[in-house]
Amino acid sequence: MSERVKFSRSKGFFEIFERRPGAVKKNMSYCPGCGHGILHKLIAEAIADFGIQDRTTLIAPVGCSVFAYYYFDCFGIQVPHGRSAAVATGLTRANPEGIVIGYQGDGDLAAIGFNNFIQAANRGENYCVFFVNNAIYGMTGGQMAPTSLIGQKTTTSPYGRNAANEGFPLKVCEMTAQLEAPVYVERVALTSTANIMKARQAVRKAVKNNIDKKGFSLVEFLSGCPVNLKFDASQMDEFIDKEMTKYFPLGVFKDESTQREPNIRPVPVYDTEKVREAMFPLKIGQGVSDDYRCASKIFDRELRIKIAGFGGQGVLSLGLIIAAMGKQRNFNVSWLPSYGPEMRGGTANCAIIVNREAIGSPIVDSNCDLLIILNKPSLDKYVQELSPSGILLYDSSTIETPPELDGGQSVFSLDATNIAEEFGNLKCANSIMLGALAAILKAKFLDEVDTADIDGLVADALTECFTGKEKIVKMNIEAYQLGLNKMFGNIADV
Amino acid sequence: MTGKIKKTHRVEIIADECKGCGRCINACPKKVLEMGTVFNFMGTTYAVYKGSGCIGCGGCFYACPEPGAISVIEISEDDNEVQQ
Ligand SMILES: Cc1ncc(C[n+]2csc(CCOP(=O)(O)OP(=O)(O)O)c2C)c(N)n1
Ligand code: SF4
Ligand code: SF4
Ligand code: SF4
Ligand SMILES: [Mg+2]
Repeated sequence: MSERVKFSRSKGFFEIFERRPGAVKKNMSYCPGCGHGILHKLIAEAIADFGIQDRTTLIAPVGCSVFAYYYFDCFGIQVPHGRSAAVATGLTRANPEGIVIGYQGDGDLAAIGFNNFIQAANRGENYCVFFVNNAIYGMTGGQMAPTSLIGQKTTTSPYGRNAANEGFPLKVCEMTAQLEAPVYVERVALTSTANIMKARQAVRKAVKNNIDKKGFSLVEFLSGCPVNLKFDASQMDEFIDKEMTKYFPLGVFKDESTQREPNIRPVPVYDTEKVREAMFPLKIGQGVSDDYRCASKIFDRELRIKIAGFGGQGVLSLGLIIAAMGKQRNFNVSWLPSYGPEMRGGTANCAIIVNREAIGSPIVDSNCDLLIILNKPSLDKYVQELSPSGILLYDSSTIETPPELDGGQSVFSLDATNIAEEFGNLKCANSIMLGALAAILKAKFLDEVDTADIDGLVADALTECFTGKEKIVKMNIEAYQLGLNKMFGNIADV
Repeated sequence: MTGKIKKTHRVEIIADECKGCGRCINACPKKVLEMGTVFNFMGTTYAVYKGSGCIGCGGCFYACPEPGAISVIEISEDDNEVQQ
């Protein structure tokens, strides 16, 4: 006589649930007859049979299954309510060889987490979602879920769910199956043995898809919460089989498992140097050492700059170039753009702060040291922000009458737009203004070393701002030189 | 040498792992499980095997929400062995 164990505790479970507090270490925390337990067994069996326990992560949701990681002998993460799909995305992207199971309830998936879920489905993330639809918020004591049936009484729908008031139960499988990306979508029920066997196959198919990198699989389990629905075991199964399946029909909504090629995503980059190379331009030109400090007196304190004009005049990029110059000479810089909803034609301005010390706020709305103005409305609006000792530089091709100022300020102008037109490219007006600014600085504010440094610095900043666009860099350097020379002429004339 | 192999089955239910939900009893096609009358460690009655008639289908195992409350065991008996 010999004996063979045909069905017993799966190796996919821990033998003893050490993490479970209290005296009971062999069974789970669910109520008697709960569907979560039935599904847990199917999952445990699948990960053990496929031999994937060492590379599987089960994501426990918020809900009754919040402690699912107590039970499965694989990796486990418990995530904030509804955020399963976001975490699953990170896991599967970071480790494409990993198997990821997103275990979610109907509140977790179809209410608070629905956007996360549907976006991950639409991206075809390579993982499986096991969605427990028990038509109720189990953990919190029986509130209405997005999947509660019409007429179903819950603590928050005491007269029964009314479509006119609470809308209709959400058909998650039907919605997901409409998307291109998901590979497999099926709804099953955790009721009779025949239905549980179908659920078992569905679990295995979804996990297999994940192993084969076929993409996103969703299995919805109509599941019992006999405690909150106040049913015994037979009534619970009857409710699911008779009532729930009327609105949530069982079956396969989509299955392209055999047709799909494995989805191989681009290999992620982890090397910090390579990430930096891809995201930030390399150090360019005659870069300075980290402790280099420009010596000119004006840099002893914070410099507050505002540039304003109409959108499309290059106001924002002029600000960026100036900020890049500051950055390349080891200043802290901030650049704060402000523009209307329209891309071009409205007013635009940006604030730049350059400081050796930390910058408190990036906003410049008073005590402005340098105001660069490219059109009349901006002049009227911002001139009062200029500090008593500030510099105003304006485009005299758009502003005919010079502004009246109280005295202490310095006012310069250049007909930048006209010059840009002659130069052949209106877009270069901003670089012409930058040339004008450099001329003013060289003539009045910089020491010898900084004077000699500025042309190269502008070239470096332009190269940084227009990475890889050599022609544009070259053209803007020419425009800068033009502005510089014209402005020198103007200053000399005064 | 060996005769026909005769297969029978039996179910083992661990009293303290059962929560007394009755799902296994409903699932059994042979109606060989029933709710006991004594209490377990948790203070609930638990399912028990009537002692014979199990066909080893596993229905009760999959119906049960607990990992190890139910095990189904297959017993193989050789006709010769039986005679010995
Ligand atoms: C951000 C946040 N909002 C709300 C809650 C409260 N809460 C806990 S579980 C839950 C719903 C659980 O329902 P479901 O996802 O269906 O899981 P079940 O318990 O039914 O398995 C809610 C709303 C929470 N924990 N966190
Ligand atoms: S409240 Fe419902 S879903 Fe939660 S453990 Fe109990 S039966 Fe299961
Ligand atoms: S294995 Fe099948 S026949 Fe045996 S007790 Fe379980 S359900 Fe009944
Ligand atoms: S299904 Fe499991 S928990 Fe429920 S009565 Fe049977 S053995 Fe006990
Ligand atoms: Mg629920």
